[in-house]
Amino acid sequence: MSIDLSQFHQSFFEESSERLQEMETALLALDPAAPDEELINTIFRSAHSIKGAAGTFGFTDIGEFTHLLETLLEEVREASRTIDDDAVSTLLESVDCLKVLLDAERDGTDKDHEQIDTLAQALRELIEGEGAGGDPAPVTDEGAAPAEPAAPDEACFEVRFAPHTQLLITGNEPIRLIRELGRNATATAQVHPATIPAFASLDPVECHLAWTIRVQGDVTEEAIREVFEWVEDECDLEVENLTAAAPTDANDTKDETDSAAAPTPASEAAPAETPVESAPETAVAEPSATPVSDPAPAPDKAPVAEKAAKPAAPTDAKKAAPKAPASASAPSKPKETSIRVGIEKIDDIINIVGELVITQSMLSEVGEDFDMSRIENLKSGLVQLQRNTRDLQEAAMRIRMLPIGFAFQRFPRMVRDLAKKLGKQIRLELSGEQTELDKTVMEQIGDPLVHIVRNAVDHAIELPDERTASGKNPEGTIHLSASHQGGNILIQISDDGRGLDTEKILGKAIERGLVDPSEASELDESAIFRLIFAPGFSTAEAVSDLSGRGVGMDVVRRNIKELGGSVDVHSELGKGTKITISLPLTLAILDGQLVRVGDQIYVVPLVSIVESLQIAADNYNRIGRNGEVYNIRNEYIQIVRLHDAFGIPTSSDDIMGKLMVVVEDNSGKAGIVVDDLLAQQQVVIKSLETNFQKVLGLAGATILGDGTVALIIDVEGLIRLSKTTPHKTPRAASTEEPAAEGGAE
Amino acid sequence: MTPPVSPEDRLDNRTDAGQQFLTFHLREEEYGVDILCVQEIKGWDQVTQIPNMPEYVKGVINLRGAIIPLIDLRLRFGLEEVEYGPTTVVIVLKVESDGRERTFGIVVDAVSDVYDVTDDQLNPPPDLGSAINVNYVSGLAAVEEKMLILLDAERLVTDEALTRSVDPSEATV
Repeated sequence: MSIDLSQFHQSFFEESSERLQEMETALLALDPAAPDEELINTIFRSAHSIKGAAGTFGFTDIGEFTHLLETLLEEVREASRTIDDDAVSTLLESVDCLKVLLDAERDGTDKDHEQIDTLAQALRELIEGEGAGGDPAPVTDEGAAPAEPAAPDEACFEVRFAPHTQLLITGNEPIRLIRELGRNATATAQVHPATIPAFASLDPVECHLAWTIRVQGDVTEEAIREVFEWVEDECDLEVENLTAAAPTDANDTKDETDSAAAPTPASEAAPAETPVESAPETAVAEPSATPVSDPAPAPDKAPVAEKAAKPAAPTDAKKAAPKAPASASAPSKPKETSIRVGIEKIDDIINIVGELVITQSMLSEVGEDFDMSRIENLKSGLVQLQRNTRDLQEAAMRIRMLPIGFAFQRFPRMVRDLAKKLGKQIRLELSGEQTELDKTVMEQIGDPLVHIVRNAVDHAIELPDERTASGKNPEGTIHLSASHQGGNILIQISDDGRGLDTEKILGKAIERGLVDPSEASELDESAIFRLIFAPGFSTAEAVSDLSGRGVGMDVVRRNIKELGGSVDVHSELGKGTKITISLPLTLAILDGQLVRVGDQIYVVPLVSIVESLQIAADNYNRIGRNGEVYNIRNEYIQIVRLHDAFGIPTSSDDIMGKLMVVVEDNSGKAGIVVDDLLAQQQVVIKSLETNFQKVLGLAGATILGDGTVALIIDVEGLIRLSKTTPHKTPRAASTEEPAAEGGAE
Repeated sequence: MTPPVSPEDRLDNRTDAGQQFLTFHLREEEYGVDILCVQEIKGWDQVTQIPNMPEYVKGVINLRGAIIPLIDLRLRFGLEEVEYGPTTVVIVLKVESDGRERTFGIVVDAVSDVYDVTDDQLNPPPDLGSAINVNYVSGLAAVEEKMLILLDAERLVTDEALTRSVDPSEATV
């Protein structure tokens, strides 16, 4: 009977994450001095939606916590409370806390109740503290009384609940509401089936029942009304306080006029469960969607005081429901990854597929009755097919593309918190948030960006005094921008801080043994700047809590390299620093150089290739028994024999005159000896791990035009591999035992 | 539910009707794999070798856009190597292990037949010593006077060489 709600949990989590993101963004934009009403409404709506959904799905912790948040926000909204910076901070912390709660629910892990309680307490203090005090607006009257947490012992209410016929259609389920009433109290329900029409005229999706529910226990009228808050417009509801004490209410907000089904208290008929059985299973829908469908409001009647008592009066419900505009969005850390795609992208694909079908039928027509006279038709059909395929490929790729704004959206909050902590004034500017890049790339660029921005806040921007002293605006600026350039995306992080001090960097590098003192004078400025990416380097004079532990920029650079990108620094002492990250748009396609070794074809990523040359005996040198190096313009690079590293049979062991592809990676340059250089082309990267495993020296595989598989070389892995499989002289005969003697790493 | 025929838990979840097995030859013996794992059967074609792999990993092929590895079952079981002939086929298996689906191919001498094997025809695998790794055998079955060696496709794929990154120095084991 009961409907499995867990299938909706995933979308609840995703939606809630989005709502929290909205709240955070709005909170950050909120200026306590002149609060923008629209922003406060946005925050309130988000909180309200989360609360409603959490209640439906039974996440009580989230529901209760959000309720507090909402109460506070309601007061702000009613202008009965001014909001200050501290309140914003508390609200932001609450957003964090909700995130933790959501994650905990999603992963089924334990929640940190201590933190929740502390924050909940802080919120309560805020609510109770100055809330009622400072403002002339009528905040409390007896209507608000039940909202006080003071628990009435054994209260007793009689709830008369007569849903309108369309209740089920809007996705609400009376039985769940009734069950909800019984959660913290004893609820006895009686059903009034009196209005059920004759069977012939019965529409199974209409609700013709009414209930009288007696609720006894630790409940408040407010709590009861809250249960019905999503259906308030679609039913006649009366709540009567039967507790001996003075009935608090003049409460029935609703016009009781149309209550054809108005129930009489304590009357005849069957228990609640049975008739509900006949309710169609269609009754579950997204709870937040329900109030939208009923546009007939009569909210004006509700007095203001009444609204204060019920944070979620019908008006609010209606405002909460229309979804925040189609901001396609990705939750920050989705466990079960899904992606929201703009409808126009889908339409694109469908259009292209339509064209593809047309092309296909045209081609099959040509093929059906083919003679040489139709060769032109065939050719043009193939050209069209090629174009369709390319379009389809591009359109499909675009599905994975998301605006980089999603990676940027965490920074306003981060910069604000850090700046506050450090006593700095920092303004964060964002631009180019609409620039799209591959979702995977974006996920992986997040952490490096955080690191760079944190560095900028921590080290680059000076304290206000210091800035004023050097004639700058006391407020520092960090600018984050993104743009497309060719097949790459450029992300720039610039600040107007103190800039990089070349001498300090050099001094530190020498001290750390990264640079030989004798060479120091030869390094030019950009070479010195690049030193900050060296492992174990940190310029922070004092190791702070934030950054400066010396495990920073090298990790940043490595991550970016792994994505096939590069990073560069420009800086001017006293004026600021600009870090430029260049990333490929997608990880799925790679520009590759095809090379032949023996009878195998490999793909070398074009981005790693420095040059290709023919090996000349003059520049060839041996080191010891196994080492081979090649002299290129007075630089000695290691020679990697692909035959040896990959155990491929080769015709001749003599590499003189053969071709060598010079590649560069983190670990330096190396020359890969190959038999032949073939075409350069874009290849689609296929994982070897899907059905197989990771292989050292290979980045994946691809399928060539003739359908065969070619392996893509992972340059860094290959260089490592070649160190364990030195060239053997004389060559060990067996190719089946490629690396038998190679040492383990 | 009939009580399991053997203590071997691989046999427990068989239905009364038994299972169907696709059988194939390796040397003189007839082996079988659960037909539900079999995705397709195709002829032997050119493969792309993967460097530094055990000998029995023949390489990878393109199966309609997916890259799948091929294992020579003869070599895997330590049988003598033979030239691939016209009957040599690749049986493409799809199994789920550790929550992910994997597709791979096994190279065998020839496919034979499809048999229904009922529970009472099944016997637990004996200790076969070192000749063939008994880990891969889920049971033996006597069908039409023949003995079938039933292989556990899932265990074939959880083979260490297909799941772990192999250190080059150990690749020739």
